[in-house]
Amino acid sequence: MSLTIILKAIELGLIFSILSLGVYISFRVLNVPDLTVDGSFATGCAVCAVMTIAGHPYLGLLLAFAAGSFCGMVTAFLQTKMHMQPLLAGILTMVGLYSINLRIMSGAPNISLFSTNTLFTLIDSELLILLIFSLVTGCILFGFFKTNLGLMLRATGDNEIMVRSSSINVDRMKFIGMALSNGIVALSGALLAQYQNFADITSGTGMMVLGLAGIIIGEAILRKRTIGFGIASAIIGACIYRLLYQIALQFGIPATDMNLMSAILVAITISLPYLKRKGVKHVRA
Amino acid sequence: MLELNDVSVIFNQGTQLEKVALHDMSCKIQDGDFITLLGSNGAGKSTLFNVISGSVEVSRGSVFMDGIDITDEKEHVRAKNIGRLFQNPEHGTAKNLTVEENLALAYSAKKRGLFSLAVHKEDREYFKEKLKVLDMGLEDRLKTPIGLLSGGQRQAVALMMAVLNPPKILLLDEHTAALDPKSAKKILKITNELIEKEHITALMITHNINDALVNGNRLFIMNDGTLIQDFDAERKKQLKPADILNYYEV
Repeated sequence: MSLTIILKAIELGLIFSILSLGVYISFRVLNVPDLTVDGSFATGCAVCAVMTIAGHPYLGLLLAFAAGSFCGMVTAFLQTKMHMQPLLAGILTMVGLYSINLRIMSGAPNISLFSTNTLFTLIDSELLILLIFSLVTGCILFGFFKTNLGLMLRATGDNEIMVRSSSINVDRMKFIGMALSNGIVALSGALLAQYQNFADITSGTGMMVLGLAGIIIGEAILRKRTIGFGIASAIIGACIYRLLYQIALQFGIPATDMNLMSAILVAITISLPYLKRKGVKHVRA
Repeated sequence: MLELNDVSVIFNQGTQLEKVALHDMSCKIQDGDFITLLGSNGAGKSTLFNVISGSVEVSRGSVFMDGIDITDEKEHVRAKNIGRLFQNPEHGTAKNLTVEENLALAYSAKKRGLFSLAVHKEDREYFKEKLKVLDMGLEDRLKTPIGLLSGGQRQAVALMMAVLNPPKILLLDEHTAALDPKSAKKILKITNELIEKEHITALMITHNINDALVNGNRLFIMNDGTLIQDFDAERKKQLKPADILNYYEV
């Protein structure tokens, strides 16, 4: 593996670390598996591509975040006000977003940005830009989760009964959490579109699992589950996942098989604690 | 003062599963009262708490607090004035948050803004001081995730959280039932001390007849979704455990 390939892998890893941070908020903090991600990631791509072509690459990132947040709020609305199961709420938003994303891209399944100025043609060092984006997002989140609002969000995912009986509006917390989560996911999609000079309607497929894979790998390495370590886990894990991905490609595993790999990885890691417990029982018996 | 006027709670109204949990219940709870609540399973004690806290909808009747109708007020709005402790110590605290973060949840948000840092340096000193009263060594474990503490310790922190902003009414739903006898005794002692110190109006559900007699200044006995006995301080003093048993349907 040449240095260029490793660098490329880390750059992509940093983009996906932002995705993992977004997924971390819904999956770990709010304790809800949110499939909106597969839709809102593509929304981020689409919005940013359209804005970049219009000559606003920076504004594109901001609008992508806003659009993603809105997607999250739609899911939160279905979850809280319509009392829908969280998984179904996410799936519905995701399915609806497919059509909306196509509309944003004026019906085209993909948009090329090769002949336009992007963030990465305006500033030279791609690695540096992405590193700054990833670390700043991580730091802001860390700070946020230490504020009163951040504590309330974490408590909502932790113990809803307690939060309901204290004077915190649980529904509002879910709106804020889902909006923040999907906004960050869309930002990651927006960065990917500019980085690859390319936005694709299918770019969101499997993104929730991919983000989760990053978190899980990071947690396996860092072990500690406090909020600071959790955020660090998401960033480091996503980068390592991308490196592993690159190594697998080098070994000749086709890129099309990688979704299966991520799914298996996540399935095994999540069932590991259960399998371990079962093992202990057998030993005792 | 809390006032219930002919409150009925009917679950699954109009279906075969219809269940009347509270039946035209009325009572007046004065400021400073510490009422213990006895009654067999299904008597409506927990439903009464749910009505007061707003987690259950009232089918008929009204609830007034300090002369204001709160019958339709949402749970999280009422929670400003109502503190609640559950039987399961896990329900009262957030397990992944540290001891100081749990306390800050009850303390800091109201004092400062939403976007302010939750645990300030001076808060730590304040929390330590408060936790010392519990005499459980918790003052040295501020940074421990609360899920790692024992049930008794968690319940003690939950109690502390409930009284950090002294509520107008504190609802104690068998909050010592899941604890070992020693911890239970200790939590009950702390409960009494805090209620007295902060002048909190409190209701306590218990199945321990002795606890019900020893604690508080009033005693309610409930049966079939309504209040069947209301002993004031004078009459309560003369009660013996054997008298109470007569009120249970055997």
